[in-house]
Amino acid sequence: MTDDKDVLRDVWFGRIPTCFTLYQDEITEREAEPYYLLLPRVSYLTLVTDKVKKHFQKALRQEDVSEIWFEYEGTPLKWHYPIGLLFDLLASSSALPWNITVHFKSFPEKDLLHCPSKDAVEAHFMSCMKEADALKHKSQVINEMQKKDHKQLWMGLQNDRFDQFWAINRKLMEYPPEENGFRYIPFRIYQKLGLSTLYYPGTMQTKVGLELRERDLPASERYLPAYASPVLGIKTTTERPFIQKLFRPVAADGQLHTLGDLLKEVCPSAITPEDGEKKNQVMIHGIEPMLETPLQWLSEHLSYPDNFLHISIVPQPTD
Amino acid sequence: MPTSVLWAVDLFGRVYTLSTAGQCWELCKDVQMEFKRVSAATQCCWGIACDNQVYLYVCSSDVPIRHREEAYENQRWNPMGGFCEKLLPSDRWSWSDVSGLQHRPLDGVALPSPHWEWESDWYVDENFGGEPTEKGGWTYAMDFPATYTRDKKWNSCVRRRKWIRYRRYKSRDTWAKIPSKDDPKELPDPFNDLSVGGWEITEEPVGRLSVWAVSLQGKVWYREDVSHPNPEGSSWSLVDTPGEVVQISCGPHDLIWATLWEGQALVREGICRNNPKGSSWSIVEPPGSENGIMHVSAGVSVVWAITKDRKVWFRRGVNSHNPCGTSWIEMVGEMTMVNVGLNDQVWGISCEDRAVYFRQGVTPSELSGKTWKPIIVGRESDRSHSGSSSSLLSAGCFFGDEVRGSGTESAPSDTDASSEVERQDPEQVLPRESVDNSRSLKGSLSKGPETRGSTEDTLENACPADSKKAPEASGVDECHGPASTPAELPWTNIDLKEPKRVSSQPSAGFPETTGLSSLGLFPLGMEEPYVADDHPLWAWVSGGGCAVEACSVLKWFTVQSGLSPSVQSLSLSITPAQTAAWRKQIFQQLTERTKRELESFRHYEQAVEQSVWVKTGSLQWWCDWKPHKWVDVRVALEQFTGHDGARDSILFIYYMIHEEKKYLHVFLNEVTVLVPVLNEAKHSFALYTPERTRQRWPVRLAAATEQDMNDWLALLSLSCCESRKVHGRPSPQAIWSVTCKGDIFVSEPSPDLEAREHLLPCDQMFWRQMGGHLRIIEANSRGVVWGIGYDHTAWVYTGGYGGGCFQGLASSTSNIYTQSDVKSVYIYENQRWNPVTGYTSRGLPTDRYMWSDATGLQECTKAGTKPPSLQWTWVSDWYVDFSVPGGTDQEGWQYASDFPASYHGYKTMKDFVRRRCWARKCKLVTSGPWLEVAPIALSDVSIIPESADADGRGHHIALWAVSDKGDVLCRLGVSELNPAGSSWLHVGTDQPFASVSIGTCYQVWAVARDGSAFYRGSVSPSQPAGDCWYHIPSPPKQKLTQVSVGQTSVYALDENGNLWYRAGITPSYPQGSSWEHVSNNVRKVSVGPLDQVWVIANKVQGSHGLSRGTVCHRMGVQPREPKGQGWDYGIGGGWDHISVRANATMVPRNVSREQEAHGQGPVYC
Repeated sequence: MTDDKDVLRDVWFGRIPTCFTLYQDEITEREAEPYYLLLPRVSYLTLVTDKVKKHFQKALRQEDVSEIWFEYEGTPLKWHYPIGLLFDLLASSSALPWNITVHFKSFPEKDLLHCPSKDAVEAHFMSCMKEADALKHKSQVINEMQKKDHKQLWMGLQNDRFDQFWAINRKLMEYPPEENGFRYIPFRIYQKLGLSTLYYPGTMQTKVGLELRERDLPASERYLPAYASPVLGIKTTTERPFIQKLFRPVAADGQLHTLGDLLKEVCPSAITPEDGEKKNQVMIHGIEPMLETPLQWLSEHLSYPDNFLHISIVPQPTD
Repeated sequence: MPTSVLWAVDLFGRVYTLSTAGQCWELCKDVQMEFKRVSAATQCCWGIACDNQVYLYVCSSDVPIRHREEAYENQRWNPMGGFCEKLLPSDRWSWSDVSGLQHRPLDGVALPSPHWEWESDWYVDENFGGEPTEKGGWTYAMDFPATYTRDKKWNSCVRRRKWIRYRRYKSRDTWAKIPSKDDPKELPDPFNDLSVGGWEITEEPVGRLSVWAVSLQGKVWYREDVSHPNPEGSSWSLVDTPGEVVQISCGPHDLIWATLWEGQALVREGICRNNPKGSSWSIVEPPGSENGIMHVSAGVSVVWAITKDRKVWFRRGVNSHNPCGTSWIEMVGEMTMVNVGLNDQVWGISCEDRAVYFRQGVTPSELSGKTWKPIIVGRESDRSHSGSSSSLLSAGCFFGDEVRGSGTESAPSDTDASSEVERQDPEQVLPRESVDNSRSLKGSLSKGPETRGSTEDTLENACPADSKKAPEASGVDECHGPASTPAELPWTNIDLKEPKRVSSQPSAGFPETTGLSSLGLFPLGMEEPYVADDHPLWAWVSGGGCAVEACSVLKWFTVQSGLSPSVQSLSLSITPAQTAAWRKQIFQQLTERTKRELESFRHYEQAVEQSVWVKTGSLQWWCDWKPHKWVDVRVALEQFTGHDGARDSILFIYYMIHEEKKYLHVFLNEVTVLVPVLNEAKHSFALYTPERTRQRWPVRLAAATEQDMNDWLALLSLSCCESRKVHGRPSPQAIWSVTCKGDIFVSEPSPDLEAREHLLPCDQMFWRQMGGHLRIIEANSRGVVWGIGYDHTAWVYTGGYGGGCFQGLASSTSNIYTQSDVKSVYIYENQRWNPVTGYTSRGLPTDRYMWSDATGLQECTKAGTKPPSLQWTWVSDWYVDFSVPGGTDQEGWQYASDFPASYHGYKTMKDFVRRRCWARKCKLVTSGPWLEVAPIALSDVSIIPESADADGRGHHIALWAVSDKGDVLCRLGVSELNPAGSSWLHVGTDQPFASVSIGTCYQVWAVARDGSAFYRGSVSPSQPAGDCWYHIPSPPKQKLTQVSVGQTSVYALDENGNLWYRAGITPSYPQGSSWEHVSNNVRKVSVGPLDQVWVIANKVQGSHGLSRGTVCHRMGVQPREPKGQGWDYGIGGGWDHISVRANATMVPRNVSREQEAHGQGPVYC
């Protein structure tokens, strides 16, 4: 019988084969070859792309090197989302490897947060962890940890040390035996707008850091990328904030809540009606868990290292 | 956690039980009777029914209660007819008891009560002191009374033989009336109260109980001779009291408290092993003069009481030496009764809502506990109504429990409550009444239940009995005979006083009690148009059979509806969560995802390079050179990933010698075992490599704290397992072993282990630790593993791994449970006789310490002796151990002419020294992949070994065991999916047994406590218990202690450490012909399905030291040479037990060898 521990390993060692290509408009001194890399799904772009940066900087003129950022099919990639989430949300239906375009110019201030150093990633990661534990244990577990434990969590992620990370993280996954789970399940649900969704450029609220943009619009309707927009003066982001609410793992009657219960409650549109055609995929770590899966189990086993369940709702591929 | 039950009686006299693992009250199987009192012990429950007769409910068990009746047939030789029944006139009866003084014809031996039945007819006992007489059981002597011998001599003038017949107690799982055979004049008047306890006073005879009863006239009676083989006892005897007693409570040990009509408490003094009835009474005054004591309950070292104003009191300072205690402390809450159960846990019945409350937080250090918590589980009958417990939940906030913290409380609505009352069954009205009472009658003291009754017609009609008895009892009505009690009124004095107590109670300080019902947490209950059968109203509760421990997690306090997958299932069948479709789907999809996203891209570069990971720390190291001592060292573990992706690690130990920094290092892939070595002071562990094993000198490291040690141990262990690619659950063929500290180790057998040539030296075996604590472990190749703890509890392996100090990654998520074990620490009190003062604790200067260990070499005082390690905590006080070999006198002393010598249990003229053994129990709580197999405690177990190619699938796995009482048992229904099996089948024996073993072909061998061996005939899958025992004499002058049976080989061990091989076994004569000596210096033997022989050797000399308890492998065992030659030494010392009986893995043999093995060896199957 396969053990639940293997799920943790599989989740941790998830990799996305990626092909980085320099944006065509970047001025280069010599030709920049594409760069191929296996990106850890659970990590963050700016944390694992030192090699990419080094590779392309060599091709650039020194004075053109500024902050690196990434884009996929016109969508700037938020470094503060886990890589696996970005992929599931934006590229899960496309062919591998994942083609990411590398930019050094025209930083899309509206869409992305700056990432001056890895400290920024660490700060973001730790604040997510703290928020998750606030939901799970009223912050009791994370606050009882020592500074070195926090450091070990971060170093574990940064160095891709599964053992190092989980030696501490398991404490965050415990709960009192008399309870049947955490207080609340830390989760975030992200939606990719389906093609049928009305698309009004420039009208939707933009909130940097919280939304994703639509990509799969017909070419005719696709607006210029944000980095090009200052010229045109059009806001181009069409994003929905993610959904995050308080949700308990156990119902008042003692029944365990399932993934389906959660979606029904907070995102009913994602669920396929009983007789209807399946329109959406509910994805975590590139897989579609059954809606009957208990949420508590999911939270313990399929959370990202930041202890959140990042759930992507993407349109069912039509092929 | 063992499951046990709480007994309770509801207001209608129905008896219910609630399991510690359960979530609903179950109606007692025998529903005919109505009861007013029950008092439970673990194995039985005594009760007083409404007919005022005493009944006994003996819980069913797979082991029968049997009693052996014996009679002796005596004969004298005369020249005419040889031996005949004609005796001399001065002789004994021709049929007599063992002493010869009592006439005892076979047909005159009658069953003591209708609850017994004969098991078989009389038969002659052929066994005489472990040897068969082979002469019809006759033993010979010169004259009566004399010493009898097996052999007839020329001067043998008399002979006798023993006849045996077993009777069996049949009335189990039912209420059996205790027959009153006493003289009618002596017959106690109807009983009013009853209490059982005293099982901790002495263990002789087995299962002895003190049963105390109070008659309606206030007299106290004691039931004589109650024990496991005599559950009903023999007769009632009157115990004088200084006044009229209303109620009595007998604690598990030597506390007995009773209450007098006048309101004082009586305390029994002088209770001891030799006098469980005690000698005198002392009087304890109630806490206040105006409110006398109405009810008491005694535990081991606590007494709780209820005064007439319903207040609850805790008696401070109660113990064996001071059974009266020192003072009263008032506790929160108002109860009609309280009951102290096992482990001094307390239950009570609230007078407000008649719910059973459990006292939470009772621990040895805080005996008064923290808070009352209502038990809100439903009864079987109201399972379908998920809302039924909502009103009970409301009672929960009565004591300010955490349920109240929800913050959404709204004011209670009277309309809700009253409308609910209208909807309820008549029997459900009472709680409402009392809730109403506490709410509306705050401060209005004069209102009695009558007035309440008249305001609500339904109430009056529903409970005529209740309201009738109320006024009746408001007078001081004491002698409340059965004539004046209507038969439908099963509850007496406690309830009768209720109105009085209500009126005198200033019910201040009651928080609103119905607040929670409006919380909306249980919408089902609110929406249901008809709430059938609200919570039960209880009259009595007894926790004497209910083992709740401080760490237990009970599910009594939450409402459960449906089955949630996270509920720990106590059966070992695979939990739904593990087989659920969603789980399979996730595993499957993850595998697919990895394939999809990684398969064709493995040549891509990794974004993050694996680096060396180092953990460093400060430890202490037991240095390798003399003088050996602990030195401070820095240690570092470096882990790195090789090019092939394999992980390896090196442990560096940096030390200073002559101010020079040096280090030693250990490659973790060479480490064979990591053993925690916990003692009184140090958290240390030992690390062995094959070389260190040969030297008998491990690397020993100690950490400052337990946590620190566990962290290192877990990390090092994980690294060792990783470098050897060992993870997850052990294979079914695994070899299991146990150290003398109870730690469990498991090793994956390599095929080379039992090879003919180039076999793997057993010091190279890699052992990893499993959580848990056991003394004996046995396995078979279908993955069934059983263990026995120091406290004889039987455990079955759940298929998990880890537990104990192995948390997180090194542990499986499911199948890990709490495990506890109890063992005793023994010290000796030594005294020398001198002519002036007799025995004193002043010895000669050359003598041993006056308080010492068994050898006398080590001083061990009561105060100075600590539990064996920091994992253990004391759970009892020191007590005299009477069960030492050699016997003791009444005070536990053993006498001898001088130290050290052999001791005997009586004083002679030549004895100048004496000693007695003191024991103290300590307990350890840990976790591991083990579940208890309740309720029978075991001393040995054996599972049928199966050869690798045998297709045993389909039929059940044979498992035999010996209970701690010596019964031989056969487990039914054991399979891979249900390794715990279903039930025990008792296999009758004429004497207690010690060891049992079953071989691959169902050959069952056993060793009796008298040291002789037995072979069980005709055991097969269709006849799992076989048919009869064949007695096999032990080797000359040796008493066997253990037996192990492989495929054809039978090995036995005697008490002097000699290992014997049974020669001459053939298919037609499976008993064999003789014992052949193989080796000495052996402590345990395990023979496997390949007839491989492994032992625990007593002493093994290494290059650096001696080790006791070493795993050894018999070399050169072959079909034609089953005894082998020589030993290969493996891990040790400190090992206590090994089981190789699951290992049937062999190097594939070529055909010729196969033929050789099968063609010429002693083929058995």
